[in-house]
Amino acid sequence: MKDTAQTENPRQIWMSLLARASEGRIAALLDAALDRPGFTWLRAPEIGSTMVRGRAGGTGAPFNLGEMTVTRCALTLESGEVGHAYIQGRRKADAEAAALIDALMQTEAADHIHARVLDPLAAEQAATRAARAGKAAATKVDFFTLVRGED
Amino acid sequence: MYVAVKGGERAIENAHAWLAEERRGDTTIAELSVAQIREQLSLAVNRVMAEGSLYDPDLAALAIKQARGDLIEAIFLIRAYRTTLPRFGASEPVDTGAMACDRRISATFKDLPGGQILGPTFDYTHRLLDFKLAADGEVPEAPTQAAQTSEVPHVTGFLNREGLIEEALPDDTPPPDLTRAPLEMPADRALRLQALTRSDEGFTLGLAYSTQRGYARNHAFVGELRIGTVPVEMEIPELGFAIEIGEVTLTECETVNQFTGSKTEPPQFTRGYGLVFGQTERKAISMALVDRALRWEELGEENVGAPAQDAEFVLYHADNIQATGFLEHIKLPHYVDFQSELELVRKLRREAGADDAKEAAE
Repeated sequence: MKDTAQTENPRQIWMSLLARASEGRIAALLDAALDRPGFTWLRAPEIGSTMVRGRAGGTGAPFNLGEMTVTRCALTLESGEVGHAYIQGRRKADAEAAALIDALMQTEAADHIHARVLDPLAAEQAATRAARAGKAAATKVDFFTLVRGED
Repeated sequence: MYVAVKGGERAIENAHAWLAEERRGDTTIAELSVAQIREQLSLAVNRVMAEGSLYDPDLAALAIKQARGDLIEAIFLIRAYRTTLPRFGASEPVDTGAMACDRRISATFKDLPGGQILGPTFDYTHRLLDFKLAADGEVPEAPTQAAQTSEVPHVTGFLNREGLIEEALPDDTPPPDLTRAPLEMPADRALRLQALTRSDEGFTLGLAYSTQRGYARNHAFVGELRIGTVPVEMEIPELGFAIEIGEVTLTECETVNQFTGSKTEPPQFTRGYGLVFGQTERKAISMALVDRALRWEELGEENVGAPAQDAEFVLYHADNIQATGFLEHIKLPHYVDFQSELELVRKLRREAGADDAKEAAE
């Protein structure tokens, strides 16, 4: 995986983390961390699609590969902070929780949310990735050369 | 002339009720859940996502259940649903070089950086029915090993360094989109790749096989086949920067093809490219072979008149929803059309004296 930690701003990192979370996970972690603050919708949760693109030959001109489902929403906390969410799939409740977390990360609750929501999510996603990578590594071929016939 | 015909509502309602009952099957057998289909028939789910052109495993699983396992019917349901979705935007092109690979093999290089990773493959299985699966059984956990941390670069990159293979130079031309404008000829490569990635697997496989058997022969090696996940990034206008909005599993195949050179190109290896949603390797390899065959013109090759070289033939017949729509409509009522055909045949027979001959015989 490319290391983009230096070039991304922290908000990119947490929004990406939230987009990849499995169903129900964001809401569960948020509700375990604190009572949800009051908010008003700027854009109520909406299901739509994103056209995913690839490149010919992996590196050449872009082409349209197909769409994926995405849920998005935006809200304003009573204290004024605006939270956005764009997450994979058709998950309105998760989008709401993700937008709340995005907004809360701009408040004094940021450290608390980081420790109780973002860190566990990052650890879970890293563990899932590592488990798959470990299984893939176990299927890596070790070639050994047999004695050649003409020798 | 159109003639409005009413009637049949009750018959249609009853047919749908019976369809629902047949779909469920024997009620003494446990019902399949959508999650079971998603998890245990995942390659069918992947095919429906690829050809339905919408990445959403839960929806694809639901469509398979609703379609009683008829994958083209399921793809039809997904295509219909897709048209109801507002489009939020287009992603940045995915970086398949940074794929978290479950599988990565090369038929051209044995020892390559990153290694040959077999992944969860049917290859090397004996294709004998496994009756253990018919009984309930626990599956032993797959062995693991320390995950490798090294990069898994694209194989074609090594050949590029020697100049032995054509390059795929970066380019940011916005691609045409056949879901927004009708597919028209001539189709550039971006449009062909979009049509091929959602094309029917069977049709694409047949065409690819035809190129191997000598129709537009372009001896292909699988330079690399990789399956794994890539993040999908999209620029969010209200934020002014790109974020990851999720990740998708993709299968990518790059073929390396013999090429003796042409008036415009030096002797070098050329490439065919396949990239498909999900773990769909037969389709991705087929796509790469057909992509390469369709490139004859830009590479200055001869058109030998092979079906796989004919972009119009390939692209206008590759979509199984268009094909099935037109094919299956002929079973719907054509009473009036057929009535006029009957009149015509009777008239022709009268003119030919066929009826007289028949009467004489009687």
